[in-house]
Amino acid sequence: MFKKFKINHYINYFVIAVALIVFAILSFTGGIDNSTTLLLERIAISIILAVSLSLVVGFLGELSLGHAGFMCIGAYIGGKVSALLAQTGIGDGIGNLIISLIVGAVAAAACGVVVGIPALRLRGDYLAIVTLAFGEIVKTLFQNSSDNSFGGLSGLSTPRYNKTTLFIIAFVVVLLTLAVIQNFIRSKHGRAVTAVRDNEIAARATGINVTKYKIMVFALSAAFAGIAGVIYSFSQNKVMYTHFDYNYSIEILVMVVLGGMGSINGSIISATLLTFFDEKLRLWISQDFSKTQLAQFLTTYVIKGDLAVFKDIIYALVLILIVIYNNSPSLKGLREKLNLKKLLSKLFKRKHDPSKVKDDEARWDVVPTKIEMDEVLSTDVVIDDMGDNSADIGERGGNK
Amino acid sequence: MAKFVEKIKTFFNTKIRKSTHKRENIESDYVLETRELGITFGGLKAVQNVNLKIKKNQIYGLIGPNGAGKTTVFNLLTGVYQPTTGAFYLNGEDLTGLSQEKINQKGFARTFQNIRLFNNMTVVRNVMVGLSNQPEYNCTEIESVLRLPRHFKVEKTMRKRAKELLRIFDLEDERNNLACNLPYGKQRKLEIARALATNPKLLLLDEPAAGMNPNETEDLVKTIKYIRDNFDMTILLIEHDMKFVSGLCDEITVLNFGTVLAEGNTKEALNNPEVIKAYIGG
Amino acid sequence: MEVLEFILSVIVNGLSQGGIYAMIAIGYTMVYGIAKLLNFAHGDIIMVAAYTIIVTVNTSMPIGVSLPLSILLSIVICVLLGVAIEKVAYKPLRGASPLAVLITAIGVSYLLQSIAQIIFGTAPKMTAKLDLGAFKLFGVPVKFSAIITLVITVLVMVGLTMFVKKSRTGRAMVAVSEDRGAAQLMGINVNKIITITFIIGSALAALAGFCSIIEAPSVTSTFGSMPGIKAFTAAVIGGIGSIPGAMLGGIMLGIVECIANKIPVIAPYTDAIEFSILIIILLVKPTGFLGKKRREKV
Repeated sequence: MFKKFKINHYINYFVIAVALIVFAILSFTGGIDNSTTLLLERIAISIILAVSLSLVVGFLGELSLGHAGFMCIGAYIGGKVSALLAQTGIGDGIGNLIISLIVGAVAAAACGVVVGIPALRLRGDYLAIVTLAFGEIVKTLFQNSSDNSFGGLSGLSTPRYNKTTLFIIAFVVVLLTLAVIQNFIRSKHGRAVTAVRDNEIAARATGINVTKYKIMVFALSAAFAGIAGVIYSFSQNKVMYTHFDYNYSIEILVMVVLGGMGSINGSIISATLLTFFDEKLRLWISQDFSKTQLAQFLTTYVIKGDLAVFKDIIYALVLILIVIYNNSPSLKGLREKLNLKKLLSKLFKRKHDPSKVKDDEARWDVVPTKIEMDEVLSTDVVIDDMGDNSADIGERGGNK
Repeated sequence: MAKFVEKIKTFFNTKIRKSTHKRENIESDYVLETRELGITFGGLKAVQNVNLKIKKNQIYGLIGPNGAGKTTVFNLLTGVYQPTTGAFYLNGEDLTGLSQEKINQKGFARTFQNIRLFNNMTVVRNVMVGLSNQPEYNCTEIESVLRLPRHFKVEKTMRKRAKELLRIFDLEDERNNLACNLPYGKQRKLEIARALATNPKLLLLDEPAAGMNPNETEDLVKTIKYIRDNFDMTILLIEHDMKFVSGLCDEITVLNFGTVLAEGNTKEALNNPEVIKAYIGG
Repeated sequence: MEVLEFILSVIVNGLSQGGIYAMIAIGYTMVYGIAKLLNFAHGDIIMVAAYTIIVTVNTSMPIGVSLPLSILLSIVICVLLGVAIEKVAYKPLRGASPLAVLITAIGVSYLLQSIAQIIFGTAPKMTAKLDLGAFKLFGVPVKFSAIITLVITVLVMVGLTMFVKKSRTGRAMVAVSEDRGAAQLMGINVNKIITITFIIGSALAALAGFCSIIEAPSVTSTFGSMPGIKAFTAAVIGGIGSIPGAMLGGIMLGIVECIANKIPVIAPYTDAIEFSILIIILLVKPTGFLGKKRREKV
C-alpha cells in the first residue's frame, strides 16, 4: 500500500495539519492575539461548511440553499445539549464538546434525510427552492421556540468553550471532515454519486441505487454542517437564529462556486480566503477606507448605509462574473485561451492535452459542463401551458 | 372556465400509479419471456400483447417502423415504465414491477438510443460504475471511509477487471479520457462495455449501429457475436438497418403500432407481406 | 357577527394579498416558461420599485402629482432594470448548465440587495403620505389600499390573458414556451420575446411593489425577498409556466396566509406553514394545479 502512497491525494491534510501545529505553538507561547484565534475559529467553520456543501453541489450536482439551516440545527441542538451537560457532572470540558458534536451531527443528519427525500423526486430549481424553504422553516421554528427550550427571540445561551483551545479542536474536526468526505468521494460510492450527477437515468440502468446515494449524500453533508453549527455554538455565548439566514447559505455557496464546483481543495482555499478577507475587508473599510476622501464623499452624498456592505457587493459581483466566465457558451474561446493548466504547462514546457486525464491524479473534480435541460426537468415538471390556444401560432407567430 | 375546473378535478384524482401486479414465477425454458405485455398512456395503447420468447445465447431483433413502440418495450423491460398489462420473466423469474436498479441487478442491462454515458468521468470509471454491484467488489461505505484493506483490494481488482473489459472493445488506450471526448462510435462501444460490466443475463441494445459508418457497423457485428460467444450472453436488440439485422439476428419480432406484426425466423419474418407493407407503407 | 367579520376580512385581505402574490408569480412563471430560468432577482425588483415610490413620494411635490409620477417612474426603472439583468447576467448563459444560471440569478439578487442596503441603509425607509385610510363594510374596517390592489390585480389579469390569447406577440410567447427551437424556425425572434417577457414581468413586479407599499409603507433591502419566494411558491402551486395557474396559486396563498395570521396560535408560524405547503405540493404534484406534465424521453 505504501509504495503507492500518492502525495497529492493527501496534500490538503498535510497543509492543514502544519498550519494547525504552527498556530497551536504560537497560541501556547502567546504569539497570537484573541482576534486571530477568533478568525481561525471562523475559518475552520467555513471550511467545514464549504466542504460539506461541495459534496451536494459539486458531486451530486444539486443546488442546496438551506445549508445554513442544517448548521442552525446543529448549533441549537448541540448548544442546548452542551448547556444541559454543563449543569451535570460532565461539566463544560472536552467530553461535553464531543457529546454535543455527535448529537448535533445526528440531529442535522436526520434533517438531511428529510430534505433528501424531496431530492428523489425533484431536481434543479425545484429542489433548490425546497432546500431554501427548509432553511426558512428551521429558522422560524427556533425563532418561535419558548424561552425555556431554545430561547426564542432572545436566542439560546450556550457555554463558551475555552478560548485558546477551541480553534485547535475546530481544526482537528476540519481534518476529520476532510478525511470522511474525501474518502467517501474517492471510493466506489463517490463514483456512484458522480454517476448519478452525470446521468441519473443511466445510473439507474446500471444498477446504482440512486435513492440510497442521494439520501446518503444529503445526510452526510447535513451532518457536517451540523458539526460546524456545534462548533459555532461553542465559539459564541449566544446562538441567534438570525445568523443562519438565507444570505449565510448563499455565502457558503459562494465559497463552493469560487473554489470550483466539485473541487474539495478549491472549497478549502476559497473558504479560507473569503473568511480571511471578509474580516480584513471589514476592518479595512471601517478603519482605513472610511478615512479616505472617496469614502467621505460617498457617505455624504451617496451612501446612507454601512460602508462594510461594500464587501457584499464585491461578493455578488465576483460570484456573477465567475459563473458567467466559467459557463458562458460564448466565452468558450476565451476560456481555452486563458486555461490555467495550459498556461502552467507552457511555463514548464510540458505537453498539455486537455482531453487526456491522468487517472492516477484521481480526477474526481470534473464539473458537468452541460446538463441537458430535459434531464434537469426530469421529474414530471411542466414548462408549458401559457393559455388555451397554445397550439395556434397562426400566421408566422409574432415576428412582424 | 370549464377547462379550469376540469384540471382542478384531475389534480385531486391523480394518484401515484402503482403496479397492482402480483409477482409469480413460472416454469420457462426461455431467458426472456413476456406474456401479454402492454402499456397505455392516457387512452393511447402504446404497446399491447407483446409475447417475446428468447432462448439462451440467441441474438434477437426487435424491429419496426418509427413509433412502433420498440423503445417502449425496452423501457417496460428495464423498469422505466411499469406495464399496465402482462408480465415478463427472466428464466421464469417474474421481474414485473421491480425498480430499474433491481431489474439491472437481476440481470437485464441496456444501452440507450441517445447515448447516456457518465460524461464527466473517465472511460475506465464509467465501466467501474457498472462493476460496482457485483458481489466480488462488495465494500461498504464505512470500509471505504475508514480506508480498510478491503477498500484498496476492491478498487484494485475492479480497475483490473474494467481494463479487461475495455480491451475487448479496443478502448483500453482511451481509458483515461473523459467519456464525452470519445468519438461517437467509441461512445456506443463504451456504453455496451458498461452494460456488460453489470454482468447481465440479457443484454438489451437500443439501436447499437445508429450513426455508425459501414466499417464501424461491421466491427460492431463482430463484437456482438464475440460477446454472445465469450460471455455466454443472450442479446435483444432494436435496429433499423435491415442488413445488420439479417446478418446478425437469429430471430426477430416486428412491431407496428404497438402490436406484433410478425415474428420468428429473421428471413421469413422480413419477407412477410404484412411487414413489407408496414415498411413501404401500402 | 364575529364569523361574518372574520370571513369578510379574510376575503378582502386575502384577495388583496393574494393579488400581490399573483402579480409577482406571473413574472416568475412567464420567465420560467419562456426563458427556462428561475429569476431569483425578481423579488428584488419589487424592492427597487418600493424604494423608487417612497423616494418620489417623499419629495416636496404634492401627492396628487408625485403618486402617479412615482408609479410611472417605478415601472420605467423596473423595466429597465429587468431588461438590463436579462442582457447582462442571463443572456451570456443561454445554453449553459441550469445550475450556473441559477447561481448567477442568486448573485444578481444578492447584488441588488447589497446596493440597496448601501444606498439606503439598514433602517427601514418609510412614508406617511401613502396612508389611504379605511372605510367600514358591514362593520368591518376595509383598507382602501386593499380595494386598489384588487382593482389593479383584476385589470392586470384580464389584460394579460387578453394579451397572451389575442395578440401576435402573446401567441409568439406561447410558441416559444412550447418549443423554443421550433418557434425560432417559424420565424419568431426568440431574443425579442424573452426581452418582452422580462419587460412584462418587471412591470408587474413594479405594480406589486406599489400595492405592497400602500399596504404597509416601510421598505428595507430585503423587502422583496420574502414575497418573492412566496410568489414562487404560488407559481409552483398553480403549476409553473401557466399564467392562470399563477393567478390561482397567488390568491390561494394569500387567503391561506390571511387565515393563518388571524389565528393567534399559528400566526407566528405562517411562513413555515406556507413553505410546508410548497414542499408538500412539490412532492405530491410537482406540476401544480394547472401545469402540464412533461416527461423525459428515455
